[in-house]
Amino acid sequence: MDEAKRLVELIPRLRRYARALVGDRATADDLVQDTLERAWAKLHLYRRGTDLRAWLFTVMHNVHVNRVRATRPVDPLDEEMPELAQRGTQSDGLLVRDLDRAIARLPADQRAVLLLVTLEEMSYEEVARTLGIPIGTVMSRLSRAREKLRTMMLGQPATTKLKLVK
Amino acid sequence: MSEPISEAELQAYADGRLPEERHQAVEAWLATRPEESERITAYRRLAHEVRSAYETMLAAPVPHRLAQAAARRPQWRRIAAVAGWIALGIAIGAPAGWQARPERTVTQVVPDTSLFARRAAVAHATYSPEVRHPVEVGADDEQHLVNWLSKRLGVKVRAPKLDDAGMSLVGGRLLPGENGPVAQFMYQSQNGRRLTLYVRTEASRNRETAFRYARENNVGVFYWIDREVGYALASADLSKEELLRLANLVYKQLES
Repeated sequence: MDEAKRLVELIPRLRRYARALVGDRATADDLVQDTLERAWAKLHLYRRGTDLRAWLFTVMHNVHVNRVRATRPVDPLDEEMPELAQRGTQSDGLLVRDLDRAIARLPADQRAVLLLVTLEEMSYEEVARTLGIPIGTVMSRLSRAREKLRTMMLGQPATTKLKLVK
Repeated sequence: MSEPISEAELQAYADGRLPEERHQAVEAWLATRPEESERITAYRRLAHEVRSAYETMLAAPVPHRLAQAAARRPQWRRIAAVAGWIALGIAIGAPAGWQARPERTVTQVVPDTSLFARRAAVAHATYSPEVRHPVEVGADDEQHLVNWLSKRLGVKVRAPKLDDAGMSLVGGRLLPGENGPVAQFMYQSQNGRRLTLYVRTEASRNRETAFRYARENNVGVFYWIDREVGYALASADLSKEELLRLANLVYKQLES
């Protein structure tokens, strides 16, 4: 079946997005697995000829929202972040780590928008469809996410940062 | 004078997604606003950094369980596995002559342990011949495997390291048992000989047994109970002596 082949091809992209979204690899892979299983169960709802990737990210978004609802929120900062970069200098590694933590601190809604635009390079319309939100909301969340991320990466003791510390 | 620049347009500019004419308008607008220009430049740099930060995920080997979920292992395979499990259970369980032969005196009489060994032998016979799907979660994802099985069994389980004895971890799976989920770890030697460790939780938490040995349909099983957990090490490919040596290794590692 064509879909099976496409699904296999899309795994690395689903994993990349999931890893950035949830903060650690094991949870990310659980999310990807649930997504794939859900996708098979719901495949009759997928319209052939349309973008399977966009459909799959919609499935993942729904699965993620349900998982977050069902589980007690964990503070991603409590856990040691697994290393992402395999090469590079020490300062590169630190940057990756800081970035990973900063992304984890973004509000979930904003994080999803930022990652779909930045990592998946989806068009704003695609992001709006995937997340089921108006395009204006996509733009405002993107703007807020970027500004928060910039502030955090500047290392400024911004008010947003203080609010995030529980 | 052209239209005013919106925040949304600045975002689209940072992503390089504006039509040429608006792109130029934004560029001109930013040229006279150094703070805004710096902000947008930072967004571009961050986007680039975010992409490189997670780039390794695209090249990372795909865990077995995900490839399997994507390819959707057909339902009949699972059904066949269960049917095989039941058939083997009957074949192994039916002969009246079957019984566990204690190697050493047990510290306490445990009536259901022979059933335990039989279950482990059946599970071994069912899954060890599998070529494509010997395990649900592969050893490349060991941390997840161990966390998952620990969570399901409700006790901390570990996969002992048997590499020094020439057996490397293939992975593991969750199986149904009489009193709840059971874990099975699978090991394999370089020449393809397989060993499984069957782990279940015990209802009574205070008993310990010595090693016992059982053999059924070419599957040898050493099994023992250590307080809240029962272990059975099974193989159809190893001699009793080799199996005992491995059982000792497993016991020592899991003792703590």
